[in-house]
Parts: sequence; structure tokens; C-alpha cells
Amino acid sequence: MSLLNEFTKGIIKENPLFRLVLGTCPSLAITTSVDNGLGMGVAFTGVLLGSNIVISAMRRIIPDSIRIPVYIVVIASFVTMTDLLMHAYTPAMYKALGIFIPLIVVNCIIIGRAEAFANRNSIVPSVLDALGMGVGYTLALVLLCTFREVLGAGTFLGVRLFPESRAAIMMILAPGGFVTLGCILGFLNKMQSKTA
Amino acid sequence: MQDYFIIVISAVLINNIVLSQFLGICPFLGVSKKLSAALGMGAAVTFVLVLAGLLTWFFQVYILNPFNIGYMQTVAFILIIGALVQFVEMVIRKYSPGLYKALGIYLPLITTNCAVLGVAILNIQKDFSLVKTLVHSASHAAGFSLALILMAGIRERLESADIPKCMEGVPISLVTASLMSIAFLGFSGLI
Repeated sequence: MSLLNEFTKGIIKENPLFRLVLGTCPSLAITTSVDNGLGMGVAFTGVLLGSNIVISAMRRIIPDSIRIPVYIVVIASFVTMTDLLMHAYTPAMYKALGIFIPLIVVNCIIIGRAEAFANRNSIVPSVLDALGMGVGYTLALVLLCTFREVLGAGTFLGVRLFPESRAAIMMILAPGGFVTLGCILGFLNKMQSKTA
Repeated sequence: MQDYFIIVISAVLINNIVLSQFLGICPFLGVSKKLSAALGMGAAVTFVLVLAGLLTWFFQVYILNPFNIGYMQTVAFILIIGALVQFVEMVIRKYSPGLYKALGIYLPLITTNCAVLGVAILNIQKDFSLVKTLVHSASHAAGFSLALILMAGIRERLESADIPKCMEGVPISLVTASLMSIAFLGFSGLI
């Protein structure tokens, strides 16, 4: 029961993007189409899973005073692996996400989970925590992408919903990212104050 | 000369690092509540960003490229930036306690500022010479400070504005950033 809870908490209750407002940079930059959002979500989940497993396995050996540099090296190694894998197997996605793949290394969610969770828990809960947070982040990205792609380009996953001349191109440019995230956060606050 | 001018204008206004490239959003939202704090953060980021840009350039050109280990870029750069921030913090604490107090908590935060790593990687991707790297990093830092200071000015005014309860804090800041970003889109015809 509590193990299941480690998984589900990342999806809604502690959603890294909507509730904790972490990892905002990539979530604004690459959410111009649903494809990109899914790709980023999967890459992110892979790195988080790897770093959570390694850090939780080594938590008794890592000296406390240098734990942050150790986390960074572990995370950077997994980011490099992801980077090379994506370059080899999904070149189109690699091109679309561009600089934001190496930048996963400074995504505060990953180092946050390492410090707050993997460092204190054994491997199984850490895996579930990573999967939950990964799924939560991916869902949040896909939600943002859906709004932006449908409104900004008139398509969903590349399928045309209405003619391009009706689309508001602003939504896939920079301002659309800020305003979509702002409105979603505002809406969630409203919902929460109603239920509370 | 014209090259440099184009780099400066495009980095500060057209491709503003925060408002159109989405790098460094965390400090942009976190440290923009007060004008004085925004100035401190802007100065600290400028300092680290320029130094990190130069150091990573040297590392890439004289170590990664000759040994053909370009895939170590991410790991190497993040370690350089982390070490640099630690080092700068120690030097400033020793030689200028006044400045250290002013920058205080912002210094360690810079390691996780994706603008620093982002600009370092961009410098390499665009194959810049040393001088261009210097100009490029400095103008991106200026763009970051500009956006941060403008945002802080607006948010100080927002304090007294009557906004719906659910939009207070981060949501209204994001909407404000969106409007600023529309304004910055207007610069895109400059070059």
C-alpha cells in the first residue's frame, strides 16, 4: 500500500511541474508539439530512474560532505547516455529537443529527488518514486503540449484539427508557453481552494 | 565588427535568454520579487556566466577536441561550472566580504542555473572563436539581467495590484512574463 503510494504521489499530489513548480525551463521550451513533450518525458524518466537507482544503491558509501558533486556526476553520466542513445536511435527527436537534452542535467527535479528521496530510501521505493515522478512530469508536459499544439498549430500529434490560418501562432512561440503554464497553475490553485 | 554587433543585439533583445530561449526560468521567477535582489542576482550571473563561457571554451578546444572525447562535454562542463561557482564563492568571501554579503545566497544557486550551462554549450555548438565566445556570453548575461530587472520592477508594482487569489504568486508572474515576451518578439525584425 505504501509502496503504491510512492508511485502515485508523483502523479497528482506532488506533481513536480504543477505542484512543486520545478523543472520549468524545458517544460516551456519544448512543449510546442505533443511528440516533443512525450520524447522529453521519456528521456527525463530514464535519467531519473537511473540516477535514483544508483544513488539509492550507493547511499551508504557516499560521504555526506561531497554528496552534491556525486549526484551531479551520476546524473550527468546518465544524461550523456540518454544523449548518445537518442542521437543514434531517434535522430529527428534529437534535433527537435536540441540543447534541452544535455540540459536535463540541471533539471532541479532530478537532483531534488536524489537529495530528498533516493538518499534516504532503499532501491525498490526509489524506483517507484522515479517512475511516479517521471510519469507525473510526462503527463504535465503532454497537457501543456496539447494546449499549445492544438491552439497554436491546429494539430494534435500531427493530425490536423482545423485549418492553419485559424491557428494562433503566438501559442507555439515563447509567449504561449508562459501564459499556458500560468493559467494551468492558476486553475489548479482555484480547484484546490475549492476542495480544501 | 558587424558580426559582433549582430551577436550583441540578437543575444540581448531578439533571442533573449529568458524570454525567448527559456533558459534560467527558475531564478527569473524566484529572485524577481525585489529590485535589489534582482540586481544582485544579475551581477552574480553575469560574472559566473562570462567566466564559465571562457573556461568551458578552453576546455573544449584544448582538451576535449584534441583527445576526441567530445561526448564527455556534459559531464565536464557541469563539473567546471560547479567548481567555478565554489571557487568564486571562496575568493569573494576572502577578498570582498561586502560583495559576498550582497550576493550571498545567490552564488550557490547559480550552479543549477541552466542559463550558464546552456550558453556554454551554445558557444561550442556555434563554433565561436574566443573573442566571439566572450562577446556572446557577456551579451546573454546582459539579456538575462535586463529581463530579471524589468520583471522585478513590474512585480514590485504588482504587489499593490488587485489580482484574483488563485493567480497570486507564480501564475501571475508567468502571465506577466508572457506579455513581456510578446514585447520582445517585436524586436525580431531588427536584423
